Amino acid sequence: MDQQQKRRQRYIAACVILILGVVVLMILNICIGSVSIHLADLREDETLRKIVWDIRMPRAFAVLILGGALALAGYLLQTFFHNPIAGPFVLGISSGAKMVVALVMVFFLGKSIRVSSAAMIFAAFFGAMISMGFVLLMSRRIQGMSMLVVSGVMIGYICSAITELVVTFADDADIANLHNWSQGSFSGMTWDNVKVMAGVIAVTFCMVFMLAKPLSAYQLGEVYAGNLGINVKLLRLAMVVLSSILSACIVAFAGPISFVGIATPHLVKKLLGTAEPIWMIPACFLGGSVFCLFCDLLARMLLAPTELSISTVTAVFGAPVVLWVMIERKKRK
Amino acid sequence: MDYYFQTEQICVGYQGIPLIENITIEAGKGEILTLIGPNGAGKSTILKSIARQLALLGGIVRLDGQDIAGLSGNELSRKMAVVFTEKLRTEMMTCRDVVATGRYPYTGRFGILSGEDHQAVENAMELVHIEEIKDQDFTKISDGQRQRVMLARAICQEPQILVLDEPTSFLDVKYKLEFLSVLQELTRKKGLVVIMSLHELELAERVSDKVLCVKGKYIERFGSPDEIFQPGYIKELFEIETGSFDEENNSMELQPVQEKAKVFVIAGGGRGKPVYRRLQRAGIPFASGILFENDLDYPVARALAAEIVATEAFEPIPEEIFGAAKRSLDDCERVICCRGKFGAFEQANEKLLSYAKENGKPVSFVGK
Repeated sequence: MDQQQKRRQRYIAACVILILGVVVLMILNICIGSVSIHLADLREDETLRKIVWDIRMPRAFAVLILGGALALAGYLLQTFFHNPIAGPFVLGISSGAKMVVALVMVFFLGKSIRVSSAAMIFAAFFGAMISMGFVLLMSRRIQGMSMLVVSGVMIGYICSAITELVVTFADDADIANLHNWSQGSFSGMTWDNVKVMAGVIAVTFCMVFMLAKPLSAYQLGEVYAGNLGINVKLLRLAMVVLSSILSACIVAFAGPISFVGIATPHLVKKLLGTAEPIWMIPACFLGGSVFCLFCDLLARMLLAPTELSISTVTAVFGAPVVLWVMIERKKRK
Repeated sequence: MDYYFQTEQICVGYQGIPLIENITIEAGKGEILTLIGPNGAGKSTILKSIARQLALLGGIVRLDGQDIAGLSGNELSRKMAVVFTEKLRTEMMTCRDVVATGRYPYTGRFGILSGEDHQAVENAMELVHIEEIKDQDFTKISDGQRQRVMLARAICQEPQILVLDEPTSFLDVKYKLEFLSVLQELTRKKGLVVIMSLHELELAERVSDKVLCVKGKYIERFGSPDEIFQPGYIKELFEIETGSFDEENNSMELQPVQEKAKVFVIAGGGRGKPVYRRLQRAGIPFASGILFENDLDYPVARALAAEIVATEAFEPIPEEIFGAAKRSLDDCERVICCRGKFGAFEQANEKLLSYAKENGKPVSFVGK
């Protein structure tokens, strides 16, 4: 029992660290920017309050929510495919979502109709499911984790090519906007956006958390999950739908963001020292938030006042993690 | 009869294509039913179908009289546990964590273990003697240990029936015996039904209450080990073409050298076996005699010797057998004598040795 208690303490400590990380980074994200702000100044200065309240706060919350969702989507996909280098970006799911969103946006903007957040999420979800369908088809025919990722990357390229094509044909005024979004960016978030994403992701998160027990059985492999009384087909369907909703939500609001989905689950797993879903699901969410808050801070700070694309920063920190995971695996064999 | 486990004319196969049809078998509480048969005959397919991992193509599997098709996943998992050849995927899991996954059917929505569950995990680990490795990572233990952890996991599930696919294949002899002893203990103490496939025929004969022979489209034979291990049957079941299998002693021998005998081995009392095998390895054809039919050397000589002179056990050696032995010896170039001292009933062998010496055959002695 002693050993068990020690492990429990470690899990709790890890979660506390992640929560502290989120809090500290949230404050930094709100205070640091082209105008740096001391919390004490807020009371006097109306403009500062506006900057914080209308620009930085919604953005920081959006990063927190979407970062968590991204990591959770990555975790679900890695579990689903039993593949440590799966994620919404490498499997082409983000790009699929991006493609459909771009199509919808160009179509509606051409008619001067504003596209609502909900419609964007639906479009993204539809696109995510298209890519997911292709990846699933491929995964039946090919073996090996690297081949699956290669086919996902190919699907991603096809979707991106179509997106580029659409963007090129769009009206000039829209291009700047679309181009920015299709690179992935957290800028321009409003409180309304945050409300919608918080609602959707809170519900999805709860549903994923309810799956913690069957997921722990699924991790053992389909045969043993089946023997433990799991309806494997239903569980797989749930995982596909939930990970697609999460990916869709991210793409709809921030565009495709690379490497957070792949890298975070591994970092969090190492921090926790377990792969148990009941701990991994919340910790992964927090880890994704920390990772994205940190990267967004850098994206805004490094070349201020110009903003870097968020994927540039996430790639710098995420890609080495993926390489490290692959080398570790090789060593174990 | 009241059997806990029964199948009624089940038909198994993949993707709607039947592989084996009309399987009707049963096992009562505390019985061990073993599947034997050549590779690829469909033993695993049968086991997977029984465990509802593969859809049946026909027929009914009953547990305690209930059709398992009507059970929910959770109900079935409380009755049946499996140890299959598929590797269990684990990540950062200790052996105790792996065993604890067996408690899954009994835990609540979030799978948190109660004190009772922890106790069951400890008991299961104790039963298969893995307490000393319980905090080690599951991926870093040996095959033998891993298989025992898998068994503990299955036990922890508190099933009434255990389904195992070749559970002993990668274990060394010590662990094979230990593993099967635990299974016996479970059947005796808890009245578990064990259904498994085994590659080791000698173990199958010893541990099983019932044996099912799987080959071809229909079941070959189903019965007690003594019904199955009839002389000649294993050779037929496995289509053995080179070498032989002796059902009575459960031993196998390699292909004999099929030429005219060059060496005559005077054997008996088990002394001849090592000599026979050495000659077989060297590729020298030999004859042997005079053996009583209940001698330890007899089955080995039958498998390996080009020629054999044997006589009925518990009877004096008749004159015509002695004559046959002399003729056989005449055809050989040399003689090897494995008997240091001749007993009262094998005077004929002593005479045979003198006969060889008189006729100038080179004689060498082996053993005392």
